[in-house]
Amino acid sequence: MEKVLMINHQKCTGCRLCELVCSVMHDGVSNPARSRIKVMKWESEGLYVPMSCQQCEDAPCMNVCPVKALSRDEDLGFVTVDYEVCIGCRSCVAVCPFGAMNYNIIDRKVFKCDLCGGDPQCVRFCEVKAVEYVNADRVSNYKKKDAAERLSAAQKEGAALQAAM
Amino acid sequence: MALNRKIAYIDLTTGDIETKPIPLEVRKKFLGGRGLDAYLLLNHTEKGCDPLGPGNALIISGGILTATCASATARTHVMAKSPLTNMLGSANMGGFFAPELAWAGFHHLVIKGKAEKPVYIWIHNGEIEIRDAGHLWGKTTTDTQWAIREELGDEDIKSAVIGPAGENLVTFANVMTGIKNSAGRTGMGCVMGSKNLKAVAARGSMDIEIAHPVEALEHNKHFINQITSAKVNQTQGALGTPFIWGATNSWGGVRTRNFQYNQCENADDIEPERIDEICEETMGPYHMTGCFGCQVHCRAQYKVPSGPFAGKYDEGPEYTSLGAFGGEPDCKNAETVFAGNHLVNQFGVDNLEIGSIISWAMELYELGILTNKDTDGLELRFGNDEALLEMVERICFRKGWLGDTLADGGLPAAEKIGKNSFDYLVQVKGMNNLHSDERGTPALALNIATASRGSDHLRSRPAIDLYHLPEKVLRKIYSSPIPYDGPLSSEHTAYEGKPWQVYWQENCYMAVDCLGICKYHTVFLGATLPNFEDWPKVIYYNTGLEMTPEEIWEVAERCNNIERLFNLREGLERDDLKKGDTLSHRYFDEPCRRGAPDIIGATIDREKFTKMIDEFYEHHNWDKNGVPTAETLERLGLDKEPSHLI
Repeated sequence: MEKVLMINHQKCTGCRLCELVCSVMHDGVSNPARSRIKVMKWESEGLYVPMSCQQCEDAPCMNVCPVKALSRDEDLGFVTVDYEVCIGCRSCVAVCPFGAMNYNIIDRKVFKCDLCGGDPQCVRFCEVKAVEYVNADRVSNYKKKDAAERLSAAQKEGAALQAAM
Repeated sequence: MALNRKIAYIDLTTGDIETKPIPLEVRKKFLGGRGLDAYLLLNHTEKGCDPLGPGNALIISGGILTATCASATARTHVMAKSPLTNMLGSANMGGFFAPELAWAGFHHLVIKGKAEKPVYIWIHNGEIEIRDAGHLWGKTTTDTQWAIREELGDEDIKSAVIGPAGENLVTFANVMTGIKNSAGRTGMGCVMGSKNLKAVAARGSMDIEIAHPVEALEHNKHFINQITSAKVNQTQGALGTPFIWGATNSWGGVRTRNFQYNQCENADDIEPERIDEICEETMGPYHMTGCFGCQVHCRAQYKVPSGPFAGKYDEGPEYTSLGAFGGEPDCKNAETVFAGNHLVNQFGVDNLEIGSIISWAMELYELGILTNKDTDGLELRFGNDEALLEMVERICFRKGWLGDTLADGGLPAAEKIGKNSFDYLVQVKGMNNLHSDERGTPALALNIATASRGSDHLRSRPAIDLYHLPEKVLRKIYSSPIPYDGPLSSEHTAYEGKPWQVYWQENCYMAVDCLGICKYHTVFLGATLPNFEDWPKVIYYNTGLEMTPEEIWEVAERCNNIERLFNLREGLERDDLKKGDTLSHRYFDEPCRRGAPDIIGATIDREKFTKMIDEFYEHHNWDKNGVPTAETLERLGLDKEPSHLI
């Protein structure tokens, strides 16, 4: 079964450990500029949203690549870059609707999430489970459950308010 | 790699900037962070220098592990001669600044001189530039940070800044980064203000090579498990530090009404659960946030629930804000705590010092030592929330006679106020104490009396002394890496063995501050957390530097002795009430009036306390006056200070 990253930004504490371990895992260095995942922050509101590749089915990056350097990994289903073929035109960076295709000015290369070969380190290190690795068909179920919980809490609150009136 | 991070010497008078590598020999002796800062301070300032003069060195640093693949390497350290104490100034903050500084190529900045007009320092991928800050002067701490980002067009810039309190030379102004991370103690923001330095901004994308990345990653996972499995960290992650205030208050170990009482009664509205409820109401169920790479996430998020600042986003309040704006002034309203916390974060001032100094003034007012004439008509009584918040503003902006007087700090204010006001000031070396009460806990009393930066809990507090751990557990912790077979007592009211515990913790916290990690990741509040035995691997995997636990201990010892040499140079004398290793007479003369049976009636026994100090010095191999012996200095390679290695 194909698995995907599921991000629940509400749980994110903004610590950016995911960025650190991503760069250490892939490049052996600490450098968020090399991280495939990035926590976008609105610090003055306390809002943090981790962003990473969605491994789109109809992936704009794959479609736009003029030299067909992007392909889908058959085992894990992620979109991967063949650096032998890539010409570094950054069309994929421009077209990605999530900003998840990155460009690194140190190596002058595009780079993206490869799910760490099936053991994503961002997931492994996120104790609060803001980033999880789940079967693609389960994502909506988790979201349903969250929404149901909120609804049920709202209903209880509503009933309590009514009773108090 | 971490070891190739540089040091920069910046002269704000001339505009000269020099960058240098940090020699391996220096790394091995001091590691980095606070330890190396102490060496730099001793070597780059003259005896008796004016803390607010160009000769004072403001040193900002990360630790040797900063931004490496180790857990919670977020800490920024700031050091200078303190304008509050005229002795060692040192403060430490979390957040994201030091990692950004390391990615920008630097571990240590030594800033001297004084700029002609307001400036800020911009550090970007190995480059350093001094820029005009005329447009930033007067701005709050957060507005300053956002304005720098906008000006330089990069949202990821991290800055260490001062607010209005630092600009107005309040001697306990702090340096801040983010919403609430504060290098709070000893007035480091005042030193920045005296140099016309509004901010240091950093942004970097330079690789920090990890010496053994696979092992570092695996070890970090193991480390994090150790840290998050500690109950105390789980509670911190849910309730933040207010839980400590709540627990201590229920027992009778917090200060109330400027040390008149040791327990705050009827404090339901500021209990940790209530604080958490307000955070949840205003920010939702996930309202805890963390510093760089840390899984403890002990910092709460909130919006001020009501009052004039209603709706403003902020972070905290921590233990100290509960003390400063709740327990100590006996104002038991959450709204006041949230508002006070918001004000100090915006103005950039040490919440601990300002809360204590206002409470001291409240006691003086109630005693008639301060009058309505001094307060410009303000009813500065305990429990007057409005007067408390009004005083915060008056001090930060030096408004009125009293605001201006208190902004100078406790010792100068006591001189100016006169009468017997000094007798009521609860300070060590000129700095006020945390809003905790140590009369029932000799170990903790010894800690604050001997802490190198003045009364302080984060230099050597054996907090686990309160847990009544079995002696064999204590022995396991405290007899490593250096053997110890002297007395150790599980009893927190005892005096036996406590000097060793304080000595051990002093070295432990120094090591932590050299590494650049957080104290929640060592034996501070949790007995099972990492210490000397656990650090060699982390250091080796990340930096390639091979060190034994004993060698790390020796670095800590060396650095603590440097801080001692600095304080002695600046006039420390053992029994000096204003500059010595001793406590306010109130610890000895006024018994605790409230709390659990083991606390009621407690005082510190003067004779036993003196004996503890003697023993504490003996453990250091210092003489009776607390001066390191020639033998000690030689053993640690400090016999030729200042030695100007760097």
